[in-house]
Amino acid sequence: MALLEVRGLSKSFRGLKAVQDVSFDVTEGEILALIGPNGAGKTTCFNLIAGVFAPDQGSVRLGGMDITGLRPDQVCRAGIGRTFQIVKPFQQLSVEENVIVGALNRLHDVGAARERAREILEMLGLAAKRALPAASLTLPERKCLEVARAMATGPKLLLLDEVMAGLRPTETDHMVGVFRRLNEETGLTILLIEHVMRAVMALAGRIVVLHHGETIAEGGPGEVVRDPAVLECYLGEEAL
Amino acid sequence: MSGPRRAAPGGRARVLLGLLLALLMLLPFVVNPYLLSVLTLILYLAYVGQAWNVMMGFAGQLSLGHSLYVGLGAYVSAALFVHYGVPPALGFLAAILVALVFGAAIGFLAFRFGVSGVYFALLTIAFAEFTRIGFDHFDWVGGSGGFFLKVAQRDYNDLVNLRGSPEMFYYLLLAMTAGCFLLCHRLMQSRIGFYWLAIREDQEAAQAVGIDVFRYKMLAVMLSAALASLAGVFTAFFNNNLFPFQIFGIEKSIEIILGPIIGGLGTLFGPILGAFVLTVLAEGLRGTMEALGVVLPGVKQVFYGICLLFVIMFLPHGIWPSLRRRLGLDSDGGR
Ligand SMILES: Nc1ncnc2c1ncn2[C@@H]1O[C@H](COP(=O)(O)OP(=O)(O)OP(=O)(O)O)[C@@H](O)[C@H]1O
Ligand SMILES: [Mg+2]
Repeated sequence: MALLEVRGLSKSFRGLKAVQDVSFDVTEGEILALIGPNGAGKTTCFNLIAGVFAPDQGSVRLGGMDITGLRPDQVCRAGIGRTFQIVKPFQQLSVEENVIVGALNRLHDVGAARERAREILEMLGLAAKRALPAASLTLPERKCLEVARAMATGPKLLLLDEVMAGLRPTETDHMVGVFRRLNEETGLTILLIEHVMRAVMALAGRIVVLHHGETIAEGGPGEVVRDPAVLECYLGEEAL
Repeated sequence: MSGPRRAAPGGRARVLLGLLLALLMLLPFVVNPYLLSVLTLILYLAYVGQAWNVMMGFAGQLSLGHSLYVGLGAYVSAALFVHYGVPPALGFLAAILVALVFGAAIGFLAFRFGVSGVYFALLTIAFAEFTRIGFDHFDWVGGSGGFFLKVAQRDYNDLVNLRGSPEMFYYLLLAMTAGCFLLCHRLMQSRIGFYWLAIREDQEAAQAVGIDVFRYKMLAVMLSAALASLAGVFTAFFNNNLFPFQIFGIEKSIEIILGPIIGGLGTLFGPILGAFVLTVLAEGLRGTMEALGVVLPGVKQVFYGICLLFVIMFLPHGIWPSLRRRLGLDSDGGR
């Protein structure tokens, strides 16, 4: 069953068609990757799903419920957690407090939220830094904190926007391991935007490719990386 | 750099606070009337500073017109008392109600229509100024000529009607300040406090983790307004006279915000410490100048400016965060 149904989503910014008629499904329990060159409209897609902008056209359904045009906080409460490509930590709060704020989405008691936050930080390997202000973290650590905070909100669907960018290969492998375990053990559904093909190939069951705001390919990782259109506009440039 | 401290003050902090409270309770027995008036002023600024800190320090919404709520609280309670004989022990509820309505109106206008940052601050000034002009022409409460309460008889203390000795007012204010401190402490350990801080740090990220930003900002503004209005009730019955240009003036609003900024924005103890430091220094300066026979109008404002400059340059987070570290009260790393 499709957990997320995106239908005919379009959005223009002052004449620039950032996303045009994009449709795809994310099945419950799967990991779907959204890839494409810079400026393809991937982040805009996320923002449309997460309620940052209302789409010009199209609809978004989560578990059969229409969530098109809801505010970001309503979308989050409906069960979608998201990270920001340009990280947005609560700078002056400690790492743990950042994650507590996320956990309070489901747990109204601070003590319980703190416990949940610690579990998540442990799982993501950030536990040693929990008392430090978020402002003192390195960029990869901040990306990791984004993930922790989004996971803490208790989502059915997690949207990850380039969380592996800037990680070293071993760190990437660690993150990949975390997401895979999470996906297998808790059945968490993940939609991820990623340029790091190493991570995409290791995680994604299916891939959707965007170019100039439009879907140009969709399918299993094996097919998509051999697709001529994809090779030409995106993957061709990169050493696969 | 240290984050704002709002988690449970550890055992030591609790002991120190208890000692401070005991000291403040004993002081009226030993100090002279002048010192008691200085202490009252300190507590007054500490109290309104805490009220303002809820909005700016915790939720990150800059109000430069907080004299509005103080003034409204003062006029509402005083008018009810003078015209209808309603004692302030009841009138304070009406004062809170009126402040809530104004706070809600400002918050709604600003937050529904995306007015934020500097423009929000300007809006708060505008409301305070309009209200001042309104009261200048509001003859029912004396207009610009002022509104007066019968000066209290000092032979017995009447808390219901707020007529009594300076000691009574001092203890009332001490109770208000301590109560406000406890309230803030509780709030900052709850979901509401965490949500306010998240909004202060990054609204977009706050929304993304499920926080109804509009609702929590409204809550901050309204609570801050309600608390500030109680300071107004106090002022009205303590001073027994009200003038719109004084109570609603921008100088009053500035005076409210200096303590928390100097003491430490967004901290629980900062507003109290700031009020103490500022008042003691200002009184010291006044005393010195009097002794030297120097008369310089506006010297207090200049002095405030210098204090602010000093703190911004050398202690951008205020005095309390660095003092706290020196006292070993930073529990961040300890737990
Ligand atoms: N808020 C906005 N206002 C105006 N234009 C925008 C806005 N957000 C995105 N755009 C434009 O829309 C297009 C798609 O941007 P988007 O950020 O979605 O790309 P992306 O696929 O995420 O790229 P990248 O891989 O670089 O992150 C770009 O041309 C971008 O400049
Ligand atoms: Mg992007």
